Amino acid sequence: MGEALYLDANATEPLRPEARDAALGAFDVTGNPSSVHADGRAARRVLEDARDGLGARFGVRPGDVVLTAGGTEANALAVAGLGRGRRVLAGATEHAAVLAATVPDTERVPVRPDGTADLDALAALLVGGEPTLVCLMAANNETGVLHPLADAAALCRAHGALLHVDAVQAAGRVPLDPGLADSMALSGHKLGGPAGAGALLLRPGLHLPALVAGGGQERGRRGGTEPLPAIVGFAAAAEAARPEIAERLAALRDRLEAGLLAAAPEAVIVGAGAPRLPNTSCILLPGVPAEAQVIALDLAGVRVSAGAACSSGKVARSHVLAAMGLGAAAGCAIRVSLPWNAREDAPERFVGAWSAMRARLSRRAA
Amino acid sequence: MRILVAMSGGVDSSAVAGLLHEGGHEVVGATLQLYDHGAATAKRGACCAGQDIHDARRVADRLGIPHYVLDREERFRDAVVRDFADAYARGETPIPCVRCNQTVKFHDLVELARGLGCDALATGHYVRRVDGPRGPELRRAADPARDQSYFLFATTPDQLAFSRFPLGDFPDKAAVRAEAARLGLPVSEKPDSQDICFVPSGRYHDVVARFRPDAAEPGEIAHLDGRVLGRHAGVARYTVGQGRGLGAASRDGGGEPLYVAALDAGRRRVVVGPRAALPRVEIVAGEVNWLRPPPAGPFPCEVKLRAREAPQPAVAEWDAAAALLRVRPVAPAVAAPGQACVLYEGERVLGGGFIRRGAGAVPVIDTAGTAA
Repeated sequence: MGEALYLDANATEPLRPEARDAALGAFDVTGNPSSVHADGRAARRVLEDARDGLGARFGVRPGDVVLTAGGTEANALAVAGLGRGRRVLAGATEHAAVLAATVPDTERVPVRPDGTADLDALAALLVGGEPTLVCLMAANNETGVLHPLADAAALCRAHGALLHVDAVQAAGRVPLDPGLADSMALSGHKLGGPAGAGALLLRPGLHLPALVAGGGQERGRRGGTEPLPAIVGFAAAAEAARPEIAERLAALRDRLEAGLLAAAPEAVIVGAGAPRLPNTSCILLPGVPAEAQVIALDLAGVRVSAGAACSSGKVARSHVLAAMGLGAAAGCAIRVSLPWNAREDAPERFVGAWSAMRARLSRRAA
Repeated sequence: MRILVAMSGGVDSSAVAGLLHEGGHEVVGATLQLYDHGAATAKRGACCAGQDIHDARRVADRLGIPHYVLDREERFRDAVVRDFADAYARGETPIPCVRCNQTVKFHDLVELARGLGCDALATGHYVRRVDGPRGPELRRAADPARDQSYFLFATTPDQLAFSRFPLGDFPDKAAVRAEAARLGLPVSEKPDSQDICFVPSGRYHDVVARFRPDAAEPGEIAHLDGRVLGRHAGVARYTVGQGRGLGAASRDGGGEPLYVAALDAGRRRVVVGPRAALPRVEIVAGEVNWLRPPPAGPFPCEVKLRAREAPQPAVAEWDAAAALLRVRPVAPAVAAPGQACVLYEGERVLGGGFIRRGAGAVPVIDTAGTAA
């Protein structure tokens, strides 16, 4: 079988060496950043250097970077804090981190068949003019499809609505403009840092009540002692994860998709017609359950996903693909997401394993 | 061999995975998520997966084998739970473990295993698969107390040929636990599972009522002779042969004990009669699965009509035209429609079907109270 082929970067990116070095260094910082003494001040300096780095990297003031334990918390903080007293609208293909933070009957902004937000529908939902928070992800975790954020932001502004953007998958892979949004969620491990740190980037001057008040850290917006290794690892990973570098992945991804389609004319690349992340490919093999595809590939040493991972480990039906109108076929798609360190032969190795899987499973499904 | 092991998280299937792994096979573990555990136990915040899935995963970790959780909630609800409720609403007593084995387990998992390039599917069932002169045979387990062959009668010859049951030769459960302990599996002391898996509360009629409210509607309890003796709170609470839950109707005017003789779902009526009125001379079964070519004409065998009883001598006949199995136990027997009617020849399972409501669903009795 040889070395495993890791193609599940959208679940978590391999740790970048820069992030590893930074995190290891921070393990030896003893002080609590809130302490008055010299060791506390030293820890504080490490923390604020990381925050400055994140602010510079994403083009926001350091004071508008609220550090959290990760992307899920950053999204929950935004929905709870900015959604307070406002009607909340969430994109139909949002991640559970956003959807689960909203009330169960939250109105959804539908997507077009290509997975991009239906802005006409959004405009219609906003006509009432009541105070509203709109939640739209920058890039979808399953398909990589990018929403037209600039247009969505203009619509929100015109109707006086706030816009929260879950940029967990987009950060580090495509250029981002936090200025379009009132808040933007980031995750450290999705761009090659350690899990355990994330951030909410805020529009300057925006008031955000805390979800966890605790000791008043993060200017009263997020309590709890800051995990320095995760945070400095996050900052170092963000610095290293540059969209220009990620463009290398687009060539690999395109080669992978071309190889697949040549081998299997029945396969469909979901969202191929829309702007997408450079590293993500959602591959639909009609009639073959995604669960069997993922297991067969895993047994062949290829790590991919289907749907969003549930903590129980089961492969659940994808609400993203269902929202794109794929019907029962939504259960037949897998996600391939190339990591930052993907090797040049990844497309060919994947197409080989995928073709063998298809030959065995398609025959049974027929 | 690459073998897919259906791991429930219990000691039996865990031991199977461990033994096959130890035997040098490439073991792939799979655990079926059949229902929302949190919802079934009505515990707020309980994980949908439940402890059993966690246990199965920990056993797989311990063995160092790949393990997958298969979401079969929809399939299980449609193929097993709905069928369970529908059967009760028809006045039958369903046997959901057979339906589950028939669909979710042996049909679907054999398909999956083959798709994954496995050479066999192994489970923790207590049965034996023996290679006979004319292909694989299904036999009773070495431990009569644990034998599960009754629940596997519907396994098709093709599925049987692909399946392995490593526990069939174990003398008893203690020996299985000892093996699990020897292999260091964290479930060796785990208690046996009880009752119907998707009704951990035991209040199965609540589940039935959710799918088929009609099965929970009250009605009359009537004697075979037509006298109305009382009321009941839904036919789903009764099974043929049952003596409990009849209230004042359980004794005919304070005299002879009465038992459920039939369930007349159409009229929502529970029909009761004296013990002697219950046995049937001929039992008819449908949806028959044969694990040997069906003999022509009547043939002697043993028949098992409920899970907790020993097989009884009988004469059976395959009515090929009607696709029905007709069985005459040597001593007339009580048979609850919906349960399995399984034929044995000694240790071997010949085939079986689901007990049908006979033409005379309500037995005709003479004045002496014996079945005609």
